Amino acid sequence: MTTLLAHRYRLGEIHEFRAEGADFIYLVTAGAIFAADGATRKVLDLLAQGELDHDDLVRALIGDGLSAVDAEGLVRELRLARAIEANQVVQGLTPAAPPADFPLQALVLNVTNQCNLACTYCYEFGADKIATPAGKPKYMTVETAKSSVDFLLGSAGRREAVHITFFGGETLMNFRLLRDVVLYADEAAAAAGKRITYSLTTNATLLTDEIIQFLSDHAVGVTVSMDGPPELQDARRVYKNGKGSYAVMEPRLRKLIAGHKTRAVTARVTLSAGVTDVKRIYQHLKHDIGFHEVGFAPVTSADEREYSLNGDAMTGVLADFEALADEWLDYALQGKVHGFTNVSETLSELIAGSNKSHPCGAGLGLLGVSPSGDLSPCHRFTDADTHTLGHISTGLDQEKREDFLTRGHVAAKYECTSCWARPLCAGGCHHEAFVRYGDTGHANLHYCDWIRQWTDRCLQIYGTLAQKNPEFLERFAERKGLQ
Amino acid sequence: MKHLKPLNAKARKIEADMASMDEDVVALQQAPRPHVPVGCSLSFSPGWEVDASGGTAGLCQPVERDIYDCYVTCFWPVQMADHVNYSPDWASNCAAATKDWRNLDIVFP
Repeated sequence: MTTLLAHRYRLGEIHEFRAEGADFIYLVTAGAIFAADGATRKVLDLLAQGELDHDDLVRALIGDGLSAVDAEGLVRELRLARAIEANQVVQGLTPAAPPADFPLQALVLNVTNQCNLACTYCYEFGADKIATPAGKPKYMTVETAKSSVDFLLGSAGRREAVHITFFGGETLMNFRLLRDVVLYADEAAAAAGKRITYSLTTNATLLTDEIIQFLSDHAVGVTVSMDGPPELQDARRVYKNGKGSYAVMEPRLRKLIAGHKTRAVTARVTLSAGVTDVKRIYQHLKHDIGFHEVGFAPVTSADEREYSLNGDAMTGVLADFEALADEWLDYALQGKVHGFTNVSETLSELIAGSNKSHPCGAGLGLLGVSPSGDLSPCHRFTDADTHTLGHISTGLDQEKREDFLTRGHVAAKYECTSCWARPLCAGGCHHEAFVRYGDTGHANLHYCDWIRQWTDRCLQIYGTLAQKNPEFLERFAERKGLQ
Repeated sequence: MKHLKPLNAKARKIEADMASMDEDVVALQQAPRPHVPVGCSLSFSPGWEVDASGGTAGLCQPVERDIYDCYVTCFWPVQMADHVNYSPDWASNCAAATKDWRNLDIVFP
């Protein structure tokens, strides 16, 4: 007689959540989201109490009203989807390492490492700086910039579109270069048969009518670093003499938002000690100033700095995030897009079902270029000798890149292997990990609880929309027909 | 999928993957799965080992037994000639396998 292997089942690696009275599961090994029916709920409840033999599980389901065929079918479905696992299955599926010849998608050109402001929390000049700019060029030359464009187009493989982000220092202190690069890259990309798009980050204090016109004409996306209304902006975003920057940037900013017709203008807020009133900051930037989107992130810092956020402050921040998330959902239920970037970004990743091997594209599809032409994983490592990944003239140092990516792989971060939020987080920012723990491959343990709470909140939003306004999710995925 | 409803792109990929598994052609796929054909080695018919009483008389002859178990009662298109579709006459010169097995030839496709 034939003897088949008798399976014993346990719960798969899933995160369960509820929304609108319905059950959902987030499949951690894949980043997939499923709605679960009552029969699935029953299986999950049974296995939550411990492992069960195949026959016992099926018998319990039959006792619950399922036919034998349905019960077998349900167990098979959940097993194939990995919502439950047989005991012979070895756990720990992690995303594969990306190929060594991963095509480049974006370059961040640090057109200067100089800045007209002296924000007290700056990672490039402040207490947590890792850059070693002594003796290096302060401004990028046109030759270096053009070589960078050629390098990007030559390393992009079969990608149809590439992107250049201009960064600093204060980017607009080298606007002339930026302009020359855009004109050159437009031609070079056309010759290579690729599309190219641009963006820049600025503190907005040096904007002029001429610059605004150029940015609009060439569809350069603009992100403005800004911390909120005057007293919050001026708390740390100051000139070298300590004077706040709000009064200088505000009129220029309004002109930018009024005059830039081709791309959204977004604000990027750094939350630091005393600058945590997220709701008020959002209100000011979105409704008083008129930004299209506003994104928030806590300041990067070593453990104890004057500007660090402590646990209590983070709890307050998260409460405000929750309130804005509720507002985001209300908008979405009415078919409108809300400007709170932190939800929008996470929702986009949930729609795709991202399951990241690395927290971001640094060292993969994205590289930073310093004013001298040194390559680095991203703009945050610019001019840091310890993190150079080659030079624009000689190309990528594959050995160093591999070391960086091996460290940064989610499977190399022990704490992440048991965390359900790893498909989106993958351990968090490489740079922040280095500043905090001295190793780019260290998981950012100081915000694990926060990330899990936030991911769960965004999953609930996703579940609610899947129940009540699924069309919104479809349109949001393509960013079509939304206000 | 009947009990899980895919809600994002990755979940829909998993659904498609599972659907393709259902439609795929696999060995022993006849219902009920897995289908174990009579006479095949999977049903543990005595092969080259001694039988339960330690004897050898009742064992199938290795070559002959395998030929007719696989060629006639089962369908293993890789190991054996396919008598259903391409080689209906493959064993026509082999009335008694123990004597005539030399008449079995290789199939040249």
